[in-house]
Amino acid sequence: MGLYSIKLPDVGEGVVEAEIVEWHTKVGASVAEDDNLVDIMTDKATVEIPSPVNGVVKSITGEPGDVLAVGTVIISIETDGKVSADEEVNLDAPILRQAQDADKKALPSNNTKPHPESVEGRDDIQTEPPHPEAQPQRASKEAVSQNRPKPLASPAVRKRALEADINLSHIPGSGPAGRISHQDLDDFIAAGGRLRAGASPASGVKRTGVTEQKIIGLRRKIAQNLAHSKRTIPHFAYVEEVDMEALEALRAHLNANRTEDQPKLTLLPFLSLALIKVLPDFPNANTHFDSKAGIATKYEAVHMGIATATPNGLMVPVVKHAESMDIWALASEITRVTAAAREGKGTKDELTGSTITITSLGALGGIASTPVINAPEVAIIGVNKLQVRPVWQDGAFAPRKMMNLSSSFDHRIVDGYDAALMIQHVKTLLENPATLFM
Amino acid sequence: MSKTKKTDVLIVGGGPAGYPCAIRAAQLGLKVILVDKSGLGGTCLNRGCIPSKAVIHAASRFEEISTHASVPAMGISCAKPKVDMKALTGWKDELVGKLTSGVAMLLKSAGAEVLNGWAEFSDAKTCTVTLQDGDTVQISAKNVVLATGSTEVELPFLPFDDPHVISSTGALELEKLPKTLAVIGAGYIGLELGIAFAKLGVKVSFIEALDRILPLYDTAMTRPISRWLKTHGVDMHLSSRARGLTRSGIAFEDKKGETQELAAEKILVAVGRKPVTQGWGLENMAIDMAGAFVKVDDQCATSMRGVYAIGDLIGEPMLAHKGTAQGEMVAEILAGHRCRFDPVAIPAVCFTEPEIVGVGLTPDEAKDAGEAVITGKFPLAALGKALSMQGGTDGGFVRVTARKGDHVILGIHAVGKHVAELSGEFALALEMGARLEDIAGTIHVHPTLSEGFAESALVALGQPLHIKA
Repeated sequence: MGLYSIKLPDVGEGVVEAEIVEWHTKVGASVAEDDNLVDIMTDKATVEIPSPVNGVVKSITGEPGDVLAVGTVIISIETDGKVSADEEVNLDAPILRQAQDADKKALPSNNTKPHPESVEGRDDIQTEPPHPEAQPQRASKEAVSQNRPKPLASPAVRKRALEADINLSHIPGSGPAGRISHQDLDDFIAAGGRLRAGASPASGVKRTGVTEQKIIGLRRKIAQNLAHSKRTIPHFAYVEEVDMEALEALRAHLNANRTEDQPKLTLLPFLSLALIKVLPDFPNANTHFDSKAGIATKYEAVHMGIATATPNGLMVPVVKHAESMDIWALASEITRVTAAAREGKGTKDELTGSTITITSLGALGGIASTPVINAPEVAIIGVNKLQVRPVWQDGAFAPRKMMNLSSSFDHRIVDGYDAALMIQHVKTLLENPATLFM
Repeated sequence: MSKTKKTDVLIVGGGPAGYPCAIRAAQLGLKVILVDKSGLGGTCLNRGCIPSKAVIHAASRFEEISTHASVPAMGISCAKPKVDMKALTGWKDELVGKLTSGVAMLLKSAGAEVLNGWAEFSDAKTCTVTLQDGDTVQISAKNVVLATGSTEVELPFLPFDDPHVISSTGALELEKLPKTLAVIGAGYIGLELGIAFAKLGVKVSFIEALDRILPLYDTAMTRPISRWLKTHGVDMHLSSRARGLTRSGIAFEDKKGETQELAAEKILVAVGRKPVTQGWGLENMAIDMAGAFVKVDDQCATSMRGVYAIGDLIGEPMLAHKGTAQGEMVAEILAGHRCRFDPVAIPAVCFTEPEIVGVGLTPDEAKDAGEAVITGKFPLAALGKALSMQGGTDGGFVRVTARKGDHVILGIHAVGKHVAELSGEFALALEMGARLEDIAGTIHVHPTLSEGFAESALVALGQPLHIKA
């Protein structure tokens, strides 16, 4: 019998800690060699840790959401005795070779399914897909709260409620685990709860359930990145409207006459093309800013990030070297990388390295938005809803297909004047689409 | 010719349920008469909690000194100590006197009238009190609070009037130590007193009908006590039944059903307590009973309007602090407040060696109640303060039981030297609805035993500092 202790592997790139995303085994369970034991997520990627041995799990460390240091023993497996003596390791004195062994096996290899990498995002209004890890947790919480014997409240709160003839189980507690505070009771009374308590109970069913969801995995990454962006970057927001009549006519024509192998064109490749055209004149906008080092890296290449709503949350797949592509190639590549991100098949390379980002709320659109910059980038261009609006033209109102562009710039790097000028250039290009192709 | 008194509140029994009720009711402006015959403070102050803790403390002191006399430790050595039981009992009585006279003063300053006498009810609201001097007083009350308490259960074949047989009350009155003591019943009262006598050098044997000690606690908690008993030469006859007195001691049937004889100079019967329901006219009050106890609702109201019952009289747990809480509550109800006896937990402590404290559900009880739980057990052996007080080596620990889903604490149990003093924080944690994170996030003084509680929460959260995770 031997005990294998597997440490949280160093997945490289200077990663010093990683987050447990999901355990695929539990204490007492049997595992076979190469069974996936656990998914862990670093700043860069989610990786699976396969079992190096056959055996029975003796202990595991860390719950989903826990961030552990590289080198922490995360699981020990008792092997079934068939392992040779030199593979055995005492839990109290794990030898280095063992850990290295585990590291090797744990590194993402060709046959390891690549996981979507974390992305940095902006404040898109997205239909929030349910967080997959949170589902079972939520279910069990509700089951638990149903058999809770009494509402969670201190003796003084309970007494006040009794004196006021208030059933505490009607009050949603704001504290941890739904604990009801004096303030909650005050709020309930102030909201007329006291009166209602004695009145007709048929006036409606109160929803009192609360669900605590642990923010882990991609959702936590999104939260961290967005908070970082908003906290550190002085955003300069700029909204301009664009007359899309000509471009829409061109787009309709191209789509009507495309060949079998050509993709259907959306607005995004045209906007990408416009940006690719103007960015050489506005190199400050196609830049990464490392504020700690005080260095702005200006890129000649345009790696176009496309903010994408995926079932797991916001991701930004990247069209690399967009400047080298024509409209059809851009359209194909945008479709390909966003689909891969949605299906969780995006490679690490496809999910990092954008120099500027486009965000579109698609059909939802809206009038204007204030997108959050995808740090360390310094600019993000958002597309709002295209709709027919009356426009004063040649002495009369004319119905025109109009669309707003909402953009944000890192004001530390891009001056407001330059930002506005750049968007004006984009507007001119989009309104005169032939110039896009000159 | 007897006088007649009218009062808002008549309280019968001046124990730890009755006297706080009287004080609070008087504070709240009610006219209160408290009738008590057997000494203010009741069993608790006169024959229970306080005197037993005094004897236990003295016994522990004696044992410590004896240990130093035989094997010097911590650089301290001394001559073999002697114990003068008459002086010990006298010291204890002095202490009791101080406390009971304190109660009398508190009642007086609150404005409650105390009658030293025996009350006998003719109907639910009227009673006749026979005073010390034989005079009688009629009392007619708007409200009556029954707090007559409990008394030791006597075994018919081991009557307390036999000179060899003692009750827990008698055990605290001994003026001479017996050489041998048989204790019938290994519940908390028998164990507390039996262990104290063992510390005083008496050869103690237990006869217990069940197959284990302290059945209210799980075996993990009782194990350190069993170990202490074993290493201190206390004989445990479990699954055994006392059968009767013999010339030199007691006969009992052992677990195999064979009759054995045990030499015992004194026999302490500690098989439980029963409510005092006889001799004061309960039968004239038309009150519903629940088994041996008076039946009450969650406001301690009996089936008779205006008659309340509190403390040991209404059932388990027969603990002073439960009675006190009920007494206070009833006083407030009588003063027009809305109250309900609705504790999350009633903490309990055994002053055994080592001590046990339990608040809320044990892991097994929680599971039986349908809860998914996580537990955290922290050994006191890993706590500097415990070790510096020569504790921790007895297998003591603090164990917290929490709901798995939201980490709300459901129960806290500890066993170890001096852990009884942790009971307050444990109870507070439960009443306030604390989660493991609340306890772990509260700074606990170093070095104190209370650190053990915080560490147990950390253990449950999987991140202890002072033991391996």
